Amino acid sequence: MHQDKFTPGQIIDGFRLEEEVHRGGMARLWRVTKPGEKRPMLMKIPFLGEGDDPSAIIGFEVEHMILPRLSGPHVPQCIAAGDFAVLPYLVMERIPGKSLEVRVRDAPLAPEQVAWMGGKIAGALGDVHRRHVIHFDIKPANIMFREDGPAVLLDYGLARHDELPDLLAEESDMPIGTAAYIAPEQVLGIRTDPRSDIFALGCVLYEMTTGRLPFGNPQSRTGMRRRLFQDPAPPRAVVPHCPLWLQEVILRCLEVDPDDRFQTAGQLAHALQNPDQVVLTDRAQRVRGPGFVDNVKSWWRGNDRKSGPVARVADRLDRAPIVMAALDLSADDHEAIHDAVRRQVRSLLKGDPAARFVCATVLKTSLVRIDERLDPSGQNIYLKRLVALKEWARPLDLGAESLSLHVLEGVDPAEVLLDYVRHNQVDHLVLGARGHSAMRRYLGSVSSQVAAQAPCTVTVVRARGTAESRDAEASADAEA
Amino acid sequence: MRIVFLTDIHANREAFEACLADARRRGYDRMVLLGDFVGYGADPSWVVDVCARLVDDGATALLGNHDAAVFGSDEDMNSRAQAAIRWTRGKLDAAQTAWLKALPLSVREDDRLYVHANGWSPESWGYVTGPDEAERSMRKTDARATFCGHTHVPVIYHMSPARPAAPFVPVPDRPVPFLTSRCWLAVIGSVGQPRDGMAAACWAVYDTDTREIVYRRVPYDVDAAATKIRDAGLPTSLAERLYRGR
Repeated sequence: MHQDKFTPGQIIDGFRLEEEVHRGGMARLWRVTKPGEKRPMLMKIPFLGEGDDPSAIIGFEVEHMILPRLSGPHVPQCIAAGDFAVLPYLVMERIPGKSLEVRVRDAPLAPEQVAWMGGKIAGALGDVHRRHVIHFDIKPANIMFREDGPAVLLDYGLARHDELPDLLAEESDMPIGTAAYIAPEQVLGIRTDPRSDIFALGCVLYEMTTGRLPFGNPQSRTGMRRRLFQDPAPPRAVVPHCPLWLQEVILRCLEVDPDDRFQTAGQLAHALQNPDQVVLTDRAQRVRGPGFVDNVKSWWRGNDRKSGPVARVADRLDRAPIVMAALDLSADDHEAIHDAVRRQVRSLLKGDPAARFVCATVLKTSLVRIDERLDPSGQNIYLKRLVALKEWARPLDLGAESLSLHVLEGVDPAEVLLDYVRHNQVDHLVLGARGHSAMRRYLGSVSSQVAAQAPCTVTVVRARGTAESRDAEASADAEA
Repeated sequence: MRIVFLTDIHANREAFEACLADARRRGYDRMVLLGDFVGYGADPSWVVDVCARLVDDGATALLGNHDAAVFGSDEDMNSRAQAAIRWTRGKLDAAQTAWLKALPLSVREDDRLYVHANGWSPESWGYVTGPDEAERSMRKTDARATFCGHTHVPVIYHMSPARPAAPFVPVPDRPVPFLTSRCWLAVIGSVGQPRDGMAAACWAVYDTDTREIVYRRVPYDVDAAATKIRDAGLPTSLAERLYRGR
């Protein structure tokens, strides 16, 4: 193998090397072309010569295993992989534009911008997690945005796919990750928790918001360990205009104990996309780092951390779903179905104490007069609905931190619900089947459209014994 | 080329039939039977006949320790295995025993080694129960990939040249690529007596083009297999453990 002799114009397995665009510590990146291939492409070639860092080889093996198994808008598409025995390389889609690393040079960024980009990154992370992968190297240099919006997470050299061997599990001489962003449990060599990525994303959000790194850029293991017992300065101590909700979100990501963080990237995305629903705790109020006593307490906690049983990424996501109930509050005579939906939600939430519950109703706006919000008696309909939602949710007895209420607006209730589900990482939607069957025959039902098109699990609840369910049974009999 | 691996059938006709049907439905190009055709189960004669026909049709079969005990010594076996082998001897005719006796201990094919127990000393029947034994086995061969059975517990070991071996428990139906940069040892789970806590029968397929292995699990009629074991007067624990997969 003559690895150092790559020249422009050289052809490797049909790919023509055009120009070397990057040379890092582990690999070089060439822009490549291929006849008949219109996509912009990059070829990543690792340094595998004598004296090169052996971890570069393992990192490349890891990416070689994982990247071809990933798809979707949030990863660079893998186009070809070279044989290790001949010349190892990966050809992948080149994402146009600059990484987030360039943008954070302008930090502090406006909170709205942090929320907007952060929401997209969290969404991408949630998608990667659902594909059984923990990234373990979330940092601005590994984040890009497609021109049409979605965030893309690059570089799977430190990642773990929970259906494949973890080649890095045995390589624990040094913590595996990037010092400025690495999660505390990662410093201790634990490579099984997707919430490590949420910590790293918290560091990124902190950097975007304040222009500083929450834990600096330590060069030693001892330096990295400091984050096990020392909280960072709260963002508002650095940039006073940082809103309370954003500080709350960032500091929650940066909790030492993964159980105290957002439990899924979806829940984090939801918070960033719905700032008014973020429940403020003492984290939001902090103005300087915690005192000595807190430090000592955290220190013990840090030292007590032990590697738990290996949990699959999917199990972790399953335990902390976003469950949503959609209620039709446009008429007053659906008590039975509302009760049935509540019973369903209660039994769903019972098994998942870490679930986040979203309760929503759609306020139908007419195309003609969009903001006519007063009912005939002069009451604000929006507020009335919100009160009704709250009332409906009260018997569920959920804490404010796990419940959020939304009055959505739109012309087509099914489309409004689908849009919300798609953009807020909802895992399970519960809604009642209702509407008089004669009407439904002409207009189609909201529940069936949503059930057919939603990207998540949908439970359609029927209240047995009501006029509607009898109609449904009768029509089923007629068809049978 | 898709190579199907079946091992530790242990005279369990119901499990073997279920695995064969599953493999045929999915399609394959070649079959390797990694040994222990008999012992424990109640259908040794049927299993040996079917396997002999598969070999006639091009399959490769290897010798397992239970097969060797049929025509050799059973002194090293625990009492249940010993009882089963002594019962089995009475159920096999001379031709069937001769077929077992002619089986090879290991087979090498391209960069792959097929063996029942381990790669360092197949006739010792030493078990690959952890990374140390896996490393010992991989260091003893220049084959890139070793395929064995014997422990009844599916595990994949991988090792890069200057590092110790590390284990991975394969997830059924999820392909694992055997990167050419390391050595691999695949312990295939048992068809006829799984011991990893799952009652379903296990088999695996390796694709030499993509270099990916996939483990499959197949539910089968455990009741029928267990009933036959009891009816044959074999130790009842051999029937009970089929339900637990232990």
